[in-house]
Amino acid sequence: MAENTIQESAAPEKENIVLDPQVVEKKEREPLFGKAERKLLTDPLSDNNPVTVQVLGVCSALAVTSVVYPSMVMAVAVVFVCAFSNLFTSIIRNHIPKQVRMIVQLVIIATLVTIVELTLKRFSYPVYKELSVYIGLIITNCIVMGRLEAYAMANKPWRSFLDGLGNGIGYGLILVVVAFIREVTGKGTLFAGSGIEIKIIGPSTEYAINTVATSGIGTWFSWYSNNNLMVLPAAAMFIIGIYIWIQRSINPKLVDIS
Amino acid sequence: MTMTVGVALVLALLSSSWKAKSKENEAIFNKRAILAAVKDHLGGMDPKTMSDEEVLEIFGQNVTQMALNMDGQEIDAAAVEAAGHKGGMAENIDMKKEKKKPEAERIRPLFVYKKDGKEFYILSIRGNGLWDEIWGYVALESDWNTVAGAAFDHQGETPGLGAEIKDNTSWAAQFKGEKIFDNQGNYVSIAVVKGGAAPSNPHAVDGISGATVTANGVGEMLERGLKYYLPYINKVDDSKKLSLN
Repeated sequence: MAENTIQESAAPEKENIVLDPQVVEKKEREPLFGKAERKLLTDPLSDNNPVTVQVLGVCSALAVTSVVYPSMVMAVAVVFVCAFSNLFTSIIRNHIPKQVRMIVQLVIIATLVTIVELTLKRFSYPVYKELSVYIGLIITNCIVMGRLEAYAMANKPWRSFLDGLGNGIGYGLILVVVAFIREVTGKGTLFAGSGIEIKIIGPSTEYAINTVATSGIGTWFSWYSNNNLMVLPAAAMFIIGIYIWIQRSINPKLVDIS
Repeated sequence: MTMTVGVALVLALLSSSWKAKSKENEAIFNKRAILAAVKDHLGGMDPKTMSDEEVLEIFGQNVTQMALNMDGQEIDAAAVEAAGHKGGMAENIDMKKEKKKPEAERIRPLFVYKKDGKEFYILSIRGNGLWDEIWGYVALESDWNTVAGAAFDHQGETPGLGAEIKDNTSWAAQFKGEKIFDNQGNYVSIAVVKGGAAPSNPHAVDGISGATVTANGVGEMLERGLKYYLPYINKVDDSKKLSLN
């Protein structure tokens, strides 16, 4: 939480200057799905990823990624909140007084988050139980607020919507990748908690690879045991760190030399 | 102004139209947790994966419930409502609220699960783990002594360590076959022993390495939580002494 607040106050200004040349860019007639629009969607997936490049929303990325299924729900929730808060803020952006813009943005975000919460409670109560605190914390997720400040306040609705969509998906992508690695190596399962749980490797006959089996493929894995570190939030930090390392090795222009 | 009203309207509308279903989901969630304590006696069904309808069906057909006060007397729905639990059924008793009350005023739910002529008594307990509250259900066999199963849950224990009380089903399975009374009928509860319990000891189970505080919390929760039921147990089975230690 503490980490969140600091990022929140510091990040949007930095973004304004460095990361978003589109902010100042304005065109008269905009195509519905031109090059710029596609870039809005694809940029946050890699070169301008909210988690690994802008380093926003790390708090929840560490907390909810121990298993894949809740992470996916969280990802969908953030995509929804991010896209629609961008859209609505952009629609009313010219009517928001500068002094109270943060409050107006928060009202929009909080409304959408409450809708997500009610929806989960109505349609998927166990997942709601699992995520409850973190769903509420989407309100303070700096990605959402950051995009409103950096993009939606200065751009037209359709583009803002795409920008929110792209950033939400960028965040969700990291979430699911991290959760996938953590669940498989930490618990030996996949999609635990959902209807289609797959048990991959573990010490009983329920798993596809049974590490205590006396015959078959399991005997080759008798040395294997789940990595308990992967279940802890710290593991997500390592995985995100390694992800950032790989990403910047491939794409040197992301490296900040200052 | 317009925005505030609009937002409030949308949220109020959604909330009220989905409230009934959300409440129902919550009830099913609780029933599932209660049935998890007798999961070895559900006729091969897994409380984690069975459908909502199956939960409701089993709960409706095989489970009777009652609310008890601290003197071991059964109390009626009005008294449960008066204690602050809407609905008045034993399953409506919010143990979190009860935990905040003075001990003498608390009430407790008791669920009786009947299957193939056998009866299981499911007791509800709640205590403190390392970070936050932990709770669970313990099922006793018809001798009011042998544990038929136990299921625990927690608010915020560390995943992989304290959270094992819920996630590691083989840990909770250790409680099966343990006894809460000794041969003389004195209440001894079940201790959670760091470093491993002797297999011959029917009143102790192994702790969880790396989660001593949570495991101790479970032991303490069992000791205190099951004691609340002693007056009632003493009433229905007088070989069990009402020890007040």
